[in-house]
Amino acid sequence: MSATGIGAAVRRKEDQRFITGTGNYTSDISRPGELRAYFVRSPHAHATIKKVDTKAAEKMPGVAAVLTGADLANDKIGGLICGWAITSKDGTPMKMGAHPAIAADKVRCVGDAVAVVLAETLRQARDAAEAVEVDYGVLPSVVDPAKAAAKGAPQIHDVAPNNMIYDWHLGDKAATDAAFASAKHVTKLDIINNRLVPNAMEPRAAIAEYDQGNDALTLWNTSQNPHVARLVISAFVGMAPEHKLRVIAPDVGGGFGSKIFIYPEEVVALWAARRVKRPVKWVSDRSEAFLTDAHGRDHVTHAELAIDANNKITGLRVHTIANIGAYMSTFSSSVPTYLYATLLSGQYAIPAIYAEVDAVYTNTAPVDAYRGAGRPEATFVVERLVEVAARELGLDPAEFRRKNFVKSFPHQTPVIMTYDAGDYDASLTKAMDLIDYKNFGKRKAESEKHGKLRGIGFSTYIEACGIAPSQAVGSLGAGVGLWESAEVRVNPTGSIEILTGSHSHGQGHETTFAQLVSDRLGVPIETVSVVHGDTDKVQFGMGTYGSRSGAVGMSAIVKALDKIEAKAKKVAGYMMEASGDDIEFKDGKFTVKGTDKSVGWGDVTLNAYIAHKFTGGQLEPGLKEGAFYDPTNFTFPAGCHIAEVEIDPETGKTTIAKWVAVDDFGNIINPMIVEGQVHGGIAQGVGQAMLEGASYNSDGQLVTGSFMDYAMPRAADLPSFKVDTTVTPCPSNPLGIKGCGEAGAIASPAALINAITNAVGHENVPMPATPSTVWKAAQGGMKKAAE
Amino acid sequence: MSNVTVTVNGKSHTVDVAPETLLVELIREKLRLTGTHVGCDTSQCGACVVHVDGVAVKSCTMLAMTADGASVTTIEGLANGSALHPMQEAFREHHGLQCGFCTPGMIMSAVDIVNRKGSDLDEHTIRDELEGNICRCTGYHNIVKAVAAGAKAMKGGAKPARAAE
Ligand code: FES
Ligand code: FES
Repeated sequence: MSATGIGAAVRRKEDQRFITGTGNYTSDISRPGELRAYFVRSPHAHATIKKVDTKAAEKMPGVAAVLTGADLANDKIGGLICGWAITSKDGTPMKMGAHPAIAADKVRCVGDAVAVVLAETLRQARDAAEAVEVDYGVLPSVVDPAKAAAKGAPQIHDVAPNNMIYDWHLGDKAATDAAFASAKHVTKLDIINNRLVPNAMEPRAAIAEYDQGNDALTLWNTSQNPHVARLVISAFVGMAPEHKLRVIAPDVGGGFGSKIFIYPEEVVALWAARRVKRPVKWVSDRSEAFLTDAHGRDHVTHAELAIDANNKITGLRVHTIANIGAYMSTFSSSVPTYLYATLLSGQYAIPAIYAEVDAVYTNTAPVDAYRGAGRPEATFVVERLVEVAARELGLDPAEFRRKNFVKSFPHQTPVIMTYDAGDYDASLTKAMDLIDYKNFGKRKAESEKHGKLRGIGFSTYIEACGIAPSQAVGSLGAGVGLWESAEVRVNPTGSIEILTGSHSHGQGHETTFAQLVSDRLGVPIETVSVVHGDTDKVQFGMGTYGSRSGAVGMSAIVKALDKIEAKAKKVAGYMMEASGDDIEFKDGKFTVKGTDKSVGWGDVTLNAYIAHKFTGGQLEPGLKEGAFYDPTNFTFPAGCHIAEVEIDPETGKTTIAKWVAVDDFGNIINPMIVEGQVHGGIAQGVGQAMLEGASYNSDGQLVTGSFMDYAMPRAADLPSFKVDTTVTPCPSNPLGIKGCGEAGAIASPAALINAITNAVGHENVPMPATPSTVWKAAQGGMKKAAE
Repeated sequence: MSNVTVTVNGKSHTVDVAPETLLVELIREKLRLTGTHVGCDTSQCGACVVHVDGVAVKSCTMLAMTADGASVTTIEGLANGSALHPMQEAFREHHGLQCGFCTPGMIMSAVDIVNRKGSDLDEHTIRDELEGNICRCTGYHNIVKAVAAGAKAMKGGAKPARAAE
């Protein structure tokens, strides 16, 4: 392994600009003559809009325009859409209500935009926004997903009676019912997967500029997938043809899913910039982010596990109500269905599974993919059930898992997925060794001596990443293909630009992608740069989410590199008067097989461009190749997290005493970056399990609307983590990569809640397990869920 | 509007500001030093931390006018020319950043912690002292390692040792 090749912990190339304050985030950009945009937002969760009076605001100092939903409709700007079609049990399509970027006749959640003010300065825009008078007819609202479909609940969209978007199912109901009918033991749980606010530290932002001469628009935005944004804004919103719209996502300060989606504010910025013929800049403040960023999770679930006399799991039955919020965000429909129920088999060989999912509208912010997207919810259901079942049966939770693990591959689950490779025993065993499981009893006794409770909890998770192949996702309703693209441009002097459809917003692609190229071509890593995030520079690509940039994005680069190598060999052949087939390429050197004749990388690249050694009839000049890569399967990262906690029963304070993660991500390009992804994912999962929870009151007001009321994990809330890996290479892509971005967030909530419930001896500890919740449980104040 | 004179990263600027202008707005919008970030509107996140007369301050909580006559250091002024500050070096070496958005504030806070608490910092102290800085990406594990290493390097005036793992 070279110092900068595959497998090396190369320090990140992008860090220089971030540690010196010279990054380039959207809000850092300023365009000459720009106006600042500020939105007038609904204070009501559900209301008709009777009148919007902008006259007073228009006269305020510095105001260039005040635009409303009626203006937007007059200009025939289309609404936002959800791009994944789900079909209900009865064969009817999902019921998608209209989502105009500015509401014209009805608001459906607090924070819905009703007007936008454009002014010379942000302060002027904000002041004028207060002078916009909106006459609302307040309607009753519903925020609880479990009540949304009830008789008499307020109706949010006319197209969706009873607020029901779809009632969908997956699996074999009859076989599952039969498994339960003959079960020796049934474990039942009611689970609420708490609603989360993604809270990337960089708030969303958009700057739009209109070029009159060319009738073209440019949008700088905080996007994880600029090409998809351009496609949606062009084809569905109808803003401008794709070739007249450039989307640039520069440095992006974290996404975690929330920056995949196409949001109203970027549509409005583009439309407004063209209307007023000046650049328009909008930067969300944090309070706005809480109200308008797509939230995550929010499931209400009843789940049951059937177990036979041999302690083998024979069936799993799940009913989930998924809160979609007030509008269907870009990928919202897929999260509680194909990204959720398809993973309900976990790491286990379960013969029969049946899942039903009801998706409902409520008067809350839209809910869509957040780190893990459906898979954390599935893992929580499975790993809580398995842990509780083991406890009820008096079995060691590790051994009960082991007994039910999938052991041979490929393994077809009853819920679509074909697991291709894995070794679940190996990761469980390694994690148990690392946490010193066999001495847990001693540590527990020690804690008890000090009046503390100690618990240990497992989570042996699996996820599906890559989110591909395109044909497969298409058959499940996806409106897009989920391949990835790459172009490798070799310059005459031998330096290389990689143009990728992936987008980096913390993942370190500028380093890992360069490592791949350095390794493959034997060139110094400094001579490779990675270009991403600009639709004018980079060919169409699908962006970064679902832990797909390694498995799919880098595989596209590999394919393009194959072509580069093949052509470079031909050039070398002409240079050395040998056939291209007789050229060997190794460590940046081209050698005629069986001779000591060789030429170096830089010679070949120069000759590719000066084209003196071959004619145009023999070979095209230049050295630039592209590839589109569509995988043959999802990838299946899996592993084992074990959490050990100590609880003070007097205060309910939970301290995470130990955390071990052993993940199987297949082959790894940069272990330092992979570990960092695991750390960050665990922190978000710990946040979900112990700290975070978005909460609306019954009037639809978000009561956790700032960092003062929404508990973000701080440094002191977390321990240092022990992170390790096992490796079974992924057979479905050339690098054997599975993906690592979401695993931590997927595995960790179940591990932590399993540890806390183990310590307090009650299963009913809802998330977030705050000190008051844990205190009540520790005092025996919460009834056992199993009762 | 009134004039404020501040020395930022060693350079004196006299700027006309409205009374309600925040220090962070002066830095980002008037001086176009965009390394100092804004991550919240409730003074919780610490993305905006700069040093005012050598002490860490959340620049979103301070009016520009109250910085009149003060000396301000932002992330852009921390390195000595092309030689990185040891704390910057330590963040890179220990992978203490991912998206980089919290990083300028983290590094400025970390330097301030060392200034106040010395260079021998245990994990517990570092975690407690980072109370006012939120990172959503890293889970803090590597930030804690970076701060400890950066602190040592600040004392020794040496480059932080290469991380063992
Ligand atoms: S922006 Fe100053 S603390 Fe968040
Ligand atoms: S590195 Fe992204 S918020 Fe800290």
